[in-house]
Amino acid sequence: MNDVALRVENLAKVFQMGHHLAYHRFTEFIENMAKNVARLPSRLMSSKPAKAKPDANLFWALDDVSFEVQRGEVFGVIGRNGAGKSTLLKLLSRITTPTRGRIEIRGRVGSLLEVGTGFHHELTGRENVFLNGAFLGMTRREIKQKFDAIVAFAEVERFLDTPVKHYSSGMYIRLAFSIAAHLEPEILIVDEVLGVGDAAFQKKSMDVMRDVARRGCTCLIVSHNLPTITNLCTRALLLRSGRLAANGPVDEVVEQYLATGLSLGGEIVWNDPATAPGYDIVRLHAVRVRHTDSLSSTADIGISQEIEIEISYWNLLDQECLSAGFTLRDHVATSVFTTSSMRPVSLTPDAWGGMPHPVGLFRSVCRIPAHTLNEGRYAITPFVGHGLTEPFARAEDVLSFNIHDTGEMRGEYFGHWPGVVRPWLPWSTEQMS
Amino acid sequence: MSSLADNAASQRSTEGTRLVVIDAARAASWFDWRELWNYRELIWILAARDITVRYRQAVVGVAWVVLQPVAEMVVFSGLFSLLGKRPAGEAVPYTISLLCGLLLWQLFAAIVSSSTSCLVDNRPLLTKVYFPRMVLPLAVCLRPLVDFGVGLVVLAGLMAWFHVAPSLALLMMPLVVLATVITALALGLWLSALNAHYRDFGYIVPFLLRIGFFVSPVIYETASLNIPTQWHLLYSLNPMSSLLESFRWSLIGTAGPEVIEVVASLVATFLVLVTGAWYFRRVERFLADRI
Repeated sequence: MNDVALRVENLAKVFQMGHHLAYHRFTEFIENMAKNVARLPSRLMSSKPAKAKPDANLFWALDDVSFEVQRGEVFGVIGRNGAGKSTLLKLLSRITTPTRGRIEIRGRVGSLLEVGTGFHHELTGRENVFLNGAFLGMTRREIKQKFDAIVAFAEVERFLDTPVKHYSSGMYIRLAFSIAAHLEPEILIVDEVLGVGDAAFQKKSMDVMRDVARRGCTCLIVSHNLPTITNLCTRALLLRSGRLAANGPVDEVVEQYLATGLSLGGEIVWNDPATAPGYDIVRLHAVRVRHTDSLSSTADIGISQEIEIEISYWNLLDQECLSAGFTLRDHVATSVFTTSSMRPVSLTPDAWGGMPHPVGLFRSVCRIPAHTLNEGRYAITPFVGHGLTEPFARAEDVLSFNIHDTGEMRGEYFGHWPGVVRPWLPWSTEQMS
Repeated sequence: MSSLADNAASQRSTEGTRLVVIDAARAASWFDWRELWNYRELIWILAARDITVRYRQAVVGVAWVVLQPVAEMVVFSGLFSLLGKRPAGEAVPYTISLLCGLLLWQLFAAIVSSSTSCLVDNRPLLTKVYFPRMVLPLAVCLRPLVDFGVGLVVLAGLMAWFHVAPSLALLMMPLVVLATVITALALGLWLSALNAHYRDFGYIVPFLLRIGFFVSPVIYETASLNIPTQWHLLYSLNPMSSLLESFRWSLIGTAGPEVIEVVASLVATFLVLVTGAWYFRRVERFLADRI
């Protein structure tokens, strides 16, 4: 077939991690330059070429990804958090550039990345419609023709001349979606936005997406929400750690995603500090889950049992201040909570939390009280680093466990218990009159 | 040709849809006129916003724009008359020569300083949506131009008051203004990219502008300086010196710069523009990852 709307060949994107993420200072640049100039004589004297240091701080967000999307196809992209989905979308929508590889795009690309694509906060709703049209390379006249339809769909008529910074998040996303859908890009890239807004608007958006697809617009949809993907898409690809794990009919890809999704043994161990998640400073050694009634790891825990999460890690750099932590997500990838051994995040003072570590192997244990989580499957993303924001070692959703309802709270009710968590809370009611 | 740093080429394919190729292996073109032209609407929207913010309350906006050069004019003409010195020729009142200098310098300085911060200021847009990044420094040029137009009206009033009539050389004035905008833009390309790359660079710019104010003939005329001949070329390498002199020449008929000075400054501007565009494209490539 030669009606290809999108062709991606050997695409790769590398990021620098750690200290390099902080923005550069010109004064540092001058300082480094002065140092290099000072070193120049000795470097010129020795004939040996300067050794290129292998950069352990490099992170390949995408590696060697190739695929094609046909014109008019609705294509899904699935994968866990950190698998490279967002990076792929950013490359396709030309926000950032690839390190290697090639992308061919046929047609005008509109993208809806996160909430509020290309909105200028100081501009009014009306001006933002034109701004976004201009981002798509449309002329004023073309945008004017669509203007009324956009406004009507987004239900923001009354606030057209209000700067969008005063908009509620609902109005914001409605307008963003409406613009993206109505300005008729030939390729529409949608990232995780269909889950926003109330039920009525979600239904409307789904209808629009189907409409857009029917009109022959090529769509690329990224979502955690598998029903959305299976509902809208005909084909999909699965990303795993930046690599293409599957590419084909949507049902097969989703099935693969679920099958290979998570390890269920209650523990994951990396024996080799050279290849374990992390880099120069810290590497993960193991993550284990157990309940307090058992000494060995288990992935099946009763709702009324206390849970222990153990994270062990190698510190490779003397006197590095480290704390361990993890993010817990439920089966639809909603973050339940994030915690850390760092003071004062830890309820009890942790001797090593955030303190300078000598080189060696460490083990942190966190206890989750009984009757905290609801029944269902939860995934752990462990991390070790400086507090919550600067993880040196991190492994996305590496370990999962199941919480089983053992009936203490249920009484006679056997249906689905709504909620991400299910704390057992005290109640008291008194008669007022 | 369309492009995003590494390389993207666009062309009309047979069905009339645009083909964009992004290839990490191929080098980017330095300048992409056609793509910038396609995005002219965006330049206009961003500039229009800038302008409406300043002139929304018309009186306050105009007063604010006029206040700065007029206040400086009063201070400097007062200062020099107290000193009993006259840093300009006798043909026209010093006040007028001074205001000419202040207005053109204000145009230059406003474009330089607002383009320096244009990339950093628009971080939310840069990380969310694609457009040729050069749109941003181009868009910030228009508001200073409008301010300059308002200033010109004040200048015209002052010239009428003092019965100073321009000659036919007035026709050259738009060219001088255009050259000033291009010079400021050339520097702006360098500075905006540097400021995006090294976040502390923005602190240096006001300082550089202050130095530039005094080494360029803003509050004095070149003719009233005794520059040793060996320094002449260096002096005229500052594009603003011959631009300011040309601007005065076109409006009030003072001695214009020599041809060699104009050539030197044009060459300097051209070099800054080309290298600025080159550096801007380099920084553009990893802008969204770093900024």
